[in-house]
Amino acid sequence: MAEIAVSAEMAASVWKIEASPGARVAAGDTLIILESMKMEIPVESPRDGTVAKVLVAEGDQVKEGQVVVLLEG
Amino acid sequence: MLGPVLIANRGEIACRIAASCRRLGLRSIAVFSDADATAMHVVAADAAERIGPPPPRESYLSIPAILDAARRSGARMVHPGYGFLSENAAFARACTEAGLAFIGPSAAAIEAMGGKAAAKAVARRAGVAAVPGYDGEDQSPERLAAEAAAIGYPVMIKAVAGGGGRGMRRAETAETFAAALAGAKREAAAFGDGRVLIEKLVASARHVEVQILADAHGTVLHLGERDCSLQRRNQKLVEESPAPGIDPALRAELGRRAVALARAVDYVGAGTVEFVADAGGPLSADRIWFIEMNTRLQVEHPVTEMVTGLDLVEWQLRIAAGERLPFAQADLAPRGHAVEARLCAEDPARNFLPSPGTIAALALPEPGDGLRIDAGVRSGDTLTPFYDSMIAKVIAHAPSRAEALERLAAALDRCAAEGIRINAAFLARALRSAEMQAGAVDTHLLERLRSREAAARSVA
Repeated sequence: MAEIAVSAEMAASVWKIEASPGARVAAGDTLIILESMKMEIPVESPRDGTVAKVLVAEGDQVKEGQVVVLLEG
Repeated sequence: MLGPVLIANRGEIACRIAASCRRLGLRSIAVFSDADATAMHVVAADAAERIGPPPPRESYLSIPAILDAARRSGARMVHPGYGFLSENAAFARACTEAGLAFIGPSAAAIEAMGGKAAAKAVARRAGVAAVPGYDGEDQSPERLAAEAAAIGYPVMIKAVAGGGGRGMRRAETAETFAAALAGAKREAAAFGDGRVLIEKLVASARHVEVQILADAHGTVLHLGERDCSLQRRNQKLVEESPAPGIDPALRAELGRRAVALARAVDYVGAGTVEFVADAGGPLSADRIWFIEMNTRLQVEHPVTEMVTGLDLVEWQLRIAAGERLPFAQADLAPRGHAVEARLCAEDPARNFLPSPGTIAALALPEPGDGLRIDAGVRSGDTLTPFYDSMIAKVIAHAPSRAEALERLAAALDRCAAEGIRINAAFLARALRSAEMQAGAVDTHLLERLRSREAAARSVA
């Protein structure tokens, strides 16, 4: 099974985690909501799959390009 | 009466307040988080006090940290700027209790205008029309449907406890009302409060607001209106004064409403009364409704300053020191036309995604005749995710609207940044769009222009 890394598009803090490991997700589903510069930025699933791992916690600071979720499928 | 001023803010507004303090011979004290130790606003003030780590909750939103800084620095007055603690009644009260003059209205006035429901009650008392709606206790589907019909479709159903666009449904017709109500109720329940309110949906809307100044001796004046319809993500990007299509009679009527609302809460200081106007036809008084009052200085206050020739921060300080406003309403007619654009670190091509990072190089035009630049960052600074994305406000003033729009667009053409993305080129194109040139603005115009550009790119 292929593993897909989903990363943050910009430096941000993790505001809300919407996906939990094992959950089935469809392309376009919101996995995580980041907050940067007073804006909420959803991180969406690039394709259908299953959430293998959530690599961040709410309140964490992430860097641009940092992997936040691993998907399988 | 005037004493050293602690500026409880950061960025361009802190720099701008420090400049007025200096002109008036007042000592100013900046506050800074660890992310801002070398920021422009720290240099702009006469002294600076550290207030905590980068997250706003631990610094710019921390009332104890800011009051400590005021005590250490010997400040006598506190200017809250906009955002952060500027509309926090507890902060206003804490300043007063600490013997500091809070530059703004009383805590009671902030509370009376805090929240849309409270403000609507004030409007009712003052006899000012708010957006037609129903916010009563009878929540039966029959009553709600009857109220929606009385308001007239389309309507918006909103969770009383909702926010951020959640718990909101639009109903276009009586036939779709029941389904929309069920959806809104489901989402409202998630907020722990199943109640909803119903409001008239202004499908094509303009955002028009009136600046007021009130002294502590009963004089309340209005400084005309601003149109702030050009927005993205419900945030203003371009503001102008006067508003296109407003004649002196309509200006006087909106001014009258704003003054009545300010008087209803014994308002003192600078404030802004916001209205929604139906943009489906020419502006008319009976299709403009009160939304809320901002009990502070607004980001876009410079356009009013340019057409009135007044320094609003100076008058905030003078009012806080107990001075009387020395003007009459007739002295305050606007001269010429002013337009402001908010230069932000964001990428319009990617749905206005924020663009934090280090600014390797920043080029802004020189201020001059009819061109004002209120900047908060410079080359070499790092824009962190903790604070908003505004780099500078670029404001143009000219005899006519067309000249002001072109002066601002030309100034934006000369803005450039390396290391981050900025919205200057997009804003210049928006200012030169046929819709903007014609004054045919509404709150969805910027989004339409962005979609049109995206479509053109995908074809090309």
